[in-house]
Order: sequence, then C-alpha cells, then structure tokens
Amino acid sequence: MRLRSLALAISVAATAAAALLSPEPAGAQAGKEQFFPVLVYRTGAYAPNGIPFANGYVDYLKLVNAQGGINGVKVSFEECETGYATDKGVECYERLKGKNGGATVFQPLSTGITFALTEKAPGDKIPLITAGYGRSESADGGVFKWNFPLAGTYWVAADILVQHVAKKEGGFDKLKGKKITLVYHDSPYGKEPIALLQERAKMNGFEFNSIPVTHPGVEQKAAWLQIRQSRPDYVFLWGWGVMNSTALKEAVATGFPRDKMYGVWWAAAEPDTKDVGDGAKGYHGLALQHGAEPNAKVVKDVMTLVQGKGQGTGPKEEVGTVLYMRGLMSAMLGVEGVRRAQERYGKGKVMSGEQVRWGLENLTLDQKKLDTLGFAGVMRPISTSCADHMGAAWARVHTWDGTKWNFTSDWLQADEAILKPMVKAAANKYASEKKLERRTPEDCQT
Amino acid sequence: MLYRENGQFKVSYRADQQIFPILQDRIGIGVLLLLAFVAIPLFGSEYLMRAVLIPFLILSLAALGLNVLVGYCGQISLGTGAFMAVGAYAAYNFHVRIDGMPLVLSLLLGGVFATIVGVLFGIPSLRIKGLYLAVATLAAQFFVDWAFLRIKWFTNNSSSGSVGVGGLQAFGLPIETPVQKYLFCLVFVVIFGIIAKNLVRGHIGREWMAIRDMDVAAAVIGIRPVYAKLTAFAVSSFIVGVAGALWGFVHLSSWEAAAFNIDRSFQLLFMVIIGGLGSIMGSFFGAAFIVMVPLVLDNLPAWFGVPIDTALASHLTFMIFGSLIVFFLIVEPHGLARLWSIGKEKLRLWPFPH
Repeated sequence: MRLRSLALAISVAATAAAALLSPEPAGAQAGKEQFFPVLVYRTGAYAPNGIPFANGYVDYLKLVNAQGGINGVKVSFEECETGYATDKGVECYERLKGKNGGATVFQPLSTGITFALTEKAPGDKIPLITAGYGRSESADGGVFKWNFPLAGTYWVAADILVQHVAKKEGGFDKLKGKKITLVYHDSPYGKEPIALLQERAKMNGFEFNSIPVTHPGVEQKAAWLQIRQSRPDYVFLWGWGVMNSTALKEAVATGFPRDKMYGVWWAAAEPDTKDVGDGAKGYHGLALQHGAEPNAKVVKDVMTLVQGKGQGTGPKEEVGTVLYMRGLMSAMLGVEGVRRAQERYGKGKVMSGEQVRWGLENLTLDQKKLDTLGFAGVMRPISTSCADHMGAAWARVHTWDGTKWNFTSDWLQADEAILKPMVKAAANKYASEKKLERRTPEDCQT
Repeated sequence: MLYRENGQFKVSYRADQQIFPILQDRIGIGVLLLLAFVAIPLFGSEYLMRAVLIPFLILSLAALGLNVLVGYCGQISLGTGAFMAVGAYAAYNFHVRIDGMPLVLSLLLGGVFATIVGVLFGIPSLRIKGLYLAVATLAAQFFVDWAFLRIKWFTNNSSSGSVGVGGLQAFGLPIETPVQKYLFCLVFVVIFGIIAKNLVRGHIGREWMAIRDMDVAAAVIGIRPVYAKLTAFAVSSFIVGVAGALWGFVHLSSWEAAAFNIDRSFQLLFMVIIGGLGSIMGSFFGAAFIVMVPLVLDNLPAWFGVPIDTALASHLTFMIFGSLIVFFLIVEPHGLARLWSIGKEKLRLWPFPH
C-alpha cells in the first residue's frame, strides 16, 4: 500500500511540475547578451555526424566571446537536443525562442524541422539560417522572408555534382545515355535533389533513377541489389548518419567502384568514411564551400583561444574536420548577420531577431572580411540581397584517400539558368498554397 | 471527509445515469474545465501552450480513440500512426484542393477517410485475434507510410514530400496564435471526450466490452461480432484521424510521413497501456505521462541550475523515463487510471480507513 501511495504522490507531483513547466521569464541578463539557441542532436542514429557539428557551432560562439564579442556584445547560448525528430525540434524552438531576451537566429539542422519552423518563425520574427540544407526554394527571399539557406542548397549541390561528372566525362554532350542513380534517405532531405536531377536529366539526356532507403538506413541490401542489376555509371548518395557508412560497405560488397560514387556534403565527412577506411578510398563528396580545414586560421584561433584554455566543447582531434567546420561556418554566418545588423541599428547593441534578419539579408562577406575572420580559403565570398537569400552557389569536390578528405576539383558554380526558374516556380507554388503575397520592393528596404 | 456521496440521493433514472454521479466530481470537472478554458488562456505562457498543452491535447485525443479499440473492444492495433496519417493527409487534400473549404469540415472529412481505412484494415479482426491482429494492423502502418511517401498525388506533388498548411481559420476566426490553437484543440477534445464517454456507456460500448471479455459468449447472447468489431474500428479510427489532422494542421503545420511513423503508433499504445486500458480518463493520464514527464525530466537540470551535457541529459531522460514506465506498470498494471480510482476510494474513507 505504501508503494501505491508513493506512486500516486509521484504522479500528482509530475502533473504539478508540468503545470510549472514554463521557461523562466527573460532573465536579468536580457538586453546585455546576444542569445544563440543551439539545436543539436548528440544522441540517436545521427549523433556521429551531429556531434562534430554541434561542437563546432558552440566552439565558434566561445571563440567570439574570447575575442571580445560582437563589437563588445557577448554571446550567450543554450543547447537543446532534438534527436533529429521534428516534434522534438519544435518543442526546442518553443523552449528557447523567448529565453535570455529572445533568440537571435535558429539553425534547425534538419530538413524536417526546417519545414516546420518555416511556418512558425515569421510569426515570432526570428530568422532561420539553413546553411546548405533545408528548402531549396527558400533561396527566393521574395517569398521566404525569414529563411536563409546561405551558401548553397541541395539543388546547388545536385547541380554541381552533375556538372562535375560532365566535366569528368568530357562535356555535357557526353552525359547522353549515361545512367545516374540517386540513393537517398527517405525523408524531405533525401527527396530535395530529385526535382533538380530530373530537370538535369531532361536537359542533358542522362537516365536518372532514384532508390529510397528508409530511416535510419542500416538496411540497404535491396537498394544495392538494384544497383548491381541496373549498373549505373554514377551513384549519388544523399545519406545521413549511419546510412552513409552502410552504403559504402554495401558498395564494397557489390563491387561498385567507389570513385563513381558522389556523396552530398552530409555524406562526405570523416564519420561516414572513417569506419570503412580503405574501402572508401576514392569515394568523392561534395564540399559545399569548405571541406576539412585543419590549417585554416580560424581553426588555429579555436585551438589557441578555446581549446588551448581547456574550454573546447569536443575533443581536440575533431577540430577542423568537415562537419566541425560546417558548425563553425554556420555559427559564423549567424554572428556576421548580427554584426551587419549592428552596422545599421547601432554598434555594441543587442540585436532583435527582426534586425538580424535585415543583417542576414544584406550580408556582404567579401574576401577581405573572410580573411580577417580566418575563413580565407575555407569559403568564397557571400553576398545576399532581398531577392537572393542564398548568397553564393559555389562548391568543390573532395575525395577520401583512406585517411582524410582532399580537394580534387576546382570551384564550380551551379547553373543559375536552371536554378533560378526552378526556385522561382517552387517559391510561387509555396506562396499560392499558403496564400502569401510576394514581398514588394518597399518591403525590401526595411 | 469532503469527498463523500452520503446524502446525495438519486430520485430519477436520469440522475442515476449521469456521467459523474457524485456532486464533488461534477464540481471538480467544472473547475477543471474553467481552468482549461479560462485560466490557462489568460495566464499560460506561450511555451506551455505550444509545446506542452497542444501536443498533450491532440495526443490524448488520439489515445482516446485508440482506447476505444484496444481498451474497450480488446482489438490490439499497431496502426494508430497510420490512421492519424490518413486523417492528416486527407484533411490536407481537402484543404488544398477545394477552395474555401471550411477548416472544421476538412478535419472531420479527414476523420471520415481514416474511418474508411480503419474499417478496411479492421476486417481481418473478424478472423484473427490478439497478437496476430496486431501484426495485421502493422501492415496498415507500413502500407500507409509507403503510400504517403511514394504516391505524389497525396502530397500535392510536393518535391520533398513534405506538406504544410497556413492561414487557418474556423467560423471566421483566425487560428494563428497559441491561445487560439489551444482553444481550438480543447474544444475538439472536450466534444470527442463527451461523445466517447457516452458511446462506451451506451449499448454499443457494452457490446464492445462483451466482445473484449469473451467473444464466443458475446456471440451466444446475440451480439454480432462483425458489427461490434467494425464499429469499434470505425469510431476509433475516426477519432484518431481527427487527432492526426489536428496534429498536422495545428501542431506541426508542416509535416512529412515520418511524423506518423511506427514510433507514433507505439507511443500511443504505451499511452493507453500506462494510462489505463478501458478508461477514458486513462487516455488523458497516459498522454500526460508520455508527453510531459520527458519534458519535465529534460528541464530539471536547468531548473536546479546544474549545467550538464546535452547528450547526457537526453540519455538520462530516456533512462529515468523508461524506469518510471516499468515502475508504474509493476505498481499498478491497470494503469494510472486505476491508481486514480484507488485514490478516490481512499479519499472516501479518509480520515478513518478500515
């Protein structure tokens, strides 16, 4: 009986605690620090890839503080674990958006969460940065006022991969009759490139097939059996987490040449290939702007100012790896958005989400700025505008040599002539479904 | 002392058959409704409404629907997520394809389509029982997952397979702010709660329970198993379908098939089992337990100012939550609802227990 009353007491207490469950009101530090919510996934099937990203992101914010903040404004941050689940991500968003004087910018780090937050962020006036992922059509700032797929989208990635393959074959006319198969993670993320690849297939005359792999992607025997039967000339891999290393192992098992395999940037990092080691030798990946950059100045800064002081978020060996750099770069884009906003709304002040949105829309990261930030060689200049929320459409290809990633191509630019109309059409479709009006030129000024 | 029905005489059948025969219960429910409809919208924070109460309300509606099937009729179903998905996608298609479709009507039509699919997948229940039926409903889950991932028409040819709705309004009122969304869900939950409670009290509910307790005996006394089982599937999937539509429209506003995957089915089944099989109240307890306890556990370190690693916090949440489930099931296999009624029994005797 005592056990029962205890159980009852616990259940009552749990309900009571739930009633209290509301984030503490904007703390005393509100108005002093620029708050960066950090959505991460350090657990679950995608943790091996999520952890370096999260560590890079947080390390950069620590670096900003170590260097004196954003024009003197210190940065505060808080992590929230999403586990790559959309509903958990929405909960994290709600939890963090009002904290510490309000969130500056959200980086959802999952295409599913991006879709859900795209509906919510405008109402809360918080911009979303989806550097390299998310909705491809959100590059159209005329419809997606609060989304910033900075420095590339999946359509850019897919287009550049096709261009690279064409170059290798010796011209676009050589693509005719070739077979390209996309092995993709069966989620909005994996499906994103299909539209562009179909368009390219029509244009360049190659045969395009797509094979879905269900979450989390450890079971791919059927997919690779299909590949063995259809013998494609190239395989594009749109995988994530454990799916990538599994795909590589299957490629080894079926004897598909790894140097005919191209992964998108989520499928081209150390955690994907490390376990396969030599088996993955020759496997190419798209480096959307950056690859592994152990020698970049910003990495050295992190080593001395953050890791050197024992404040590193993750292990030292991780600093400078591909996904760590992605985290670093994503955080930098958010911070630079704040810096740009401060130029207009007052240096040394804490910026609101609305002001940061302006900053992100008018971002001008030229070579000089990148050099001072320590990103020289890591990425190309980015400049955004009201119409173009992407800022740059350049990427390179890097190849795994058995131990590390090395660049094996020059910079390639996605073909605007294909991308622009597709982005516009998709954005218009979104606007008509949601009954939204395109932004007027006056709206762009604000 | 306070909670005692002494002196409350019933002088008519009507009075005897009301849902809450004890005056104190009626007062309690009245206060609860007042809290839910007035106090929370006035004083609740946005986080409380958007991240806690709206998911809680919608999932308790779905658990309620599942409880009709599993708890009252004894037909185990692992396809709840699928029926939610059918509701959500059907409502989405009505909403997008027909101009000027009223929101409430599309949600209800979502429920109607879920009913059709539910009955279809309920047909095997006439021949198979127990675990075998669970496996058959699992087929519904996989089939529906497949359909919404692969058949482009359902997602209005969206390139990524993700669909979304915006600018919701019902009866001329916008459903945009957290308060509006919360109240909208609350109205649905209250109405469906009353309907379900009355159904299970009525002759049809008794038929379900007879089938659950012993189907051969039920057939002998003149209950048609076909009718009883299929109505249970129909009512259950209708409620679950509406809950699915609300989950997509009101809570997520943009979703893909993964929002209704097998995990969702399991989650709902756990809610029903932990809350209490065959109890309307239990559905709410179960939903509250599954939705809120992880959030509380997640937030505990922050409340006490103990900074711990995000990964560690999330692992701890899983571990504690799991052990709590085991603990409750050991202490009271009949679920939280049973604990609740034991509590009430004790309260009647208090302060002089035998």
